[in-house]
Amino acid sequence: MPLLHVKDMTHYFGGLRAVHNYNLNIEPGQVRGLIGPNGAGKSTIFNLITGIYSPTEGEIFLDGDNIVGLHPYQVAAMGLGRTFQNLKLWRHMTVLEHVKMAHYSKINYGLIGAFFGTPKRNREEAEIEARAFELLELMDIPHLAHQLVTNLPYGAQRRVEMARALATEPKILFLDEPTAGMNPEELIKMMTVFRRVHQEFGLAIFLIEHRMKVVMEFCDVIQTLVFGEVIAEGTPNEIQNDAKVIDAYLGREVVA
Amino acid sequence: MEAISSDLPAKKSSLGGLLNKLKAPFAFVPLLGWFFGTLVAVVIERLWGAQLAEALGMAGVPSLFGFLIILKEPALIPSTFLYLLLIYVLPITIIARLSAPLANGLAAKLLELRLWFSVVVHLGLLYLILHIWAGAGASDYRTLILRLTLISIMITLSLNVINGYMGEFSCSHPGFIALGAYGASVFTLIMFEDDRVFGPPLLPPALGPFMFPVALIAGGLIASLGAIVVAIPSFRTRGDYLAIISLAFMFMVKSLFENLEIFGGARGLGGQPDWAGLPAVFVWAAICVWIINNFVRSTLGKALNAVRDDEMAANAMTVNTRRTKMTAFLFAAFWAGTAGGLFAHVLRYVNPGMFGLQNLAEVLAMLYFGGLNSVIGSIVGAVSFNVLSEALRPLEIYKWIIIPLLVILVMIFRPRGLMSFKELDIKEMIKPKERVEEKEHAVTSR
Repeated sequence: MPLLHVKDMTHYFGGLRAVHNYNLNIEPGQVRGLIGPNGAGKSTIFNLITGIYSPTEGEIFLDGDNIVGLHPYQVAAMGLGRTFQNLKLWRHMTVLEHVKMAHYSKINYGLIGAFFGTPKRNREEAEIEARAFELLELMDIPHLAHQLVTNLPYGAQRRVEMARALATEPKILFLDEPTAGMNPEELIKMMTVFRRVHQEFGLAIFLIEHRMKVVMEFCDVIQTLVFGEVIAEGTPNEIQNDAKVIDAYLGREVVA
Repeated sequence: MEAISSDLPAKKSSLGGLLNKLKAPFAFVPLLGWFFGTLVAVVIERLWGAQLAEALGMAGVPSLFGFLIILKEPALIPSTFLYLLLIYVLPITIIARLSAPLANGLAAKLLELRLWFSVVVHLGLLYLILHIWAGAGASDYRTLILRLTLISIMITLSLNVINGYMGEFSCSHPGFIALGAYGASVFTLIMFEDDRVFGPPLLPPALGPFMFPVALIAGGLIASLGAIVVAIPSFRTRGDYLAIISLAFMFMVKSLFENLEIFGGARGLGGQPDWAGLPAVFVWAAICVWIINNFVRSTLGKALNAVRDDEMAANAMTVNTRRTKMTAFLFAAFWAGTAGGLFAHVLRYVNPGMFGLQNLAEVLAMLYFGGLNSVIGSIVGAVSFNVLSEALRPLEIYKWIIIPLLVILVMIFRPRGLMSFKELDIKEMIKPKERVEEKEHAVTSR
């Protein structure tokens, strides 16, 4: 069984069919791409799999367990990490606190530890702080650890989000337009970060992305989504030359 | 030209410069040094305060730093200032400055031993200061003010957990305080006062003070139960709903106690045993500050900030948001209830009218005055509000014009309150201070 298996997933918003008969298989270590015009339902698919919405029909298996109907925090604790399309950082918290917070599900000291500052709590807090710093090193931002996120430049905020997602110790990482709004310089740096993350952890990655350069370079298999339906699935080369994809993205030439 | 231009900014900030010059000799005085100074000052007041006050033409020792005298008898203003200078300002500054090297050495020694030991020594000194200060007054007035202020700190801090750290707007605090006050009172009255049930014949009165913590915890737990009633319907959504439901809850509790004749109805409950002396209230307030500070600084407690700033992101980062909010709400209600129990035993009388809109306004004012999301802010807010409220008492009804005006001014000039979003690092507070540069560095790096 694949790491992530989605079977015939359909979702309605009221009378609007946002996703129709969606199927997905991701193997460990595989990088998958999901492309499509705006409003095609890409982010909805992310939100359905991560548990923010519950699909109207269909089944989702993560590592063999059915995760339909679980809360997002349960899905996340089972090994599905994610970033958001518009950065969702906690504006009154420091970079270090962000990364530590993502270890929440691994905290064992409980309320007793939190209230009374037991040695166990101090030990665990020190442990997750050390692990957080490892991730910040990996993202090249350990020097920003004690900064509030709102004071950081956009590229650094993206890195914080990535470090935070990795801190949940995912088996599979969902990246929702991770390079949106980046300038070329930041983009190159971000691609180095992807490469490092993929190599270091051997993570499976599911990527929504508009920049063809990024998609073509990283993805093993790409799906193209239009109006909630997959119209093409294949290697980057196949997708690039698929007539339907070109239609959807570029429009058809009208012969008069 | 150069000389002039370099002079200008110096002149502009002459007031700040003067302040800095005044501060400079005291920059390396540790907290322990200030405690030494204050201890000497209160001892002096205890020994010679009355004579000095008499010599200066005052009726007695000014009970609250002379505020009351200044407002009542303006002719005595010079002697009040002289009194403050001789009794407080000079001894505190001189002793703090002179004992600084010794205090630094002691503070370092204490920290080497154990953090908790050092904290206990500091708290012990603080208690000693408060105790002597309270005893130097003419009557019980100072003790009463101190106890009520300490209880206000507990209430403000617990409200800060909900309104500050969790970022919801809850108005139910008077309700929780009332539940705690009535809960603890009923417990102690039935067990130790009312001889129709248990009372003195069955339970020896000597046992009482030891059962007091049980009564307070029972009050806190009853308040937590009340919090569940608010939390279940309102936590399904976010935003204004909690404010509305919690306000309704507050009125429900109030009218419940007004109409339940077994609890005395609108006349209230009286005759609680006199167990909430200054030591008991001080210990409870210290425990409350310690536990809440521990909680909000742990990653479990920081989850509240994550839920407040972006709930969806918190959820996606494995944070169980519902449990987090529920825990914090019940936790805050528990401390409000405990504080209510103490309050009832300090006044030894409660009635439902104490826990209405006015109480809510006071608690909210203390919270927003001090600053959200900050333990030290809540302490500052509660203390300054209580002192102000007492100091302006001679103005009678005009007090309620001046205090809201002050709150408005704070909101204009410091919209987040005096000390918001500051972490209370106890170790940082009690550590010895070596040099000025180091301290400034520590402040900027945070």
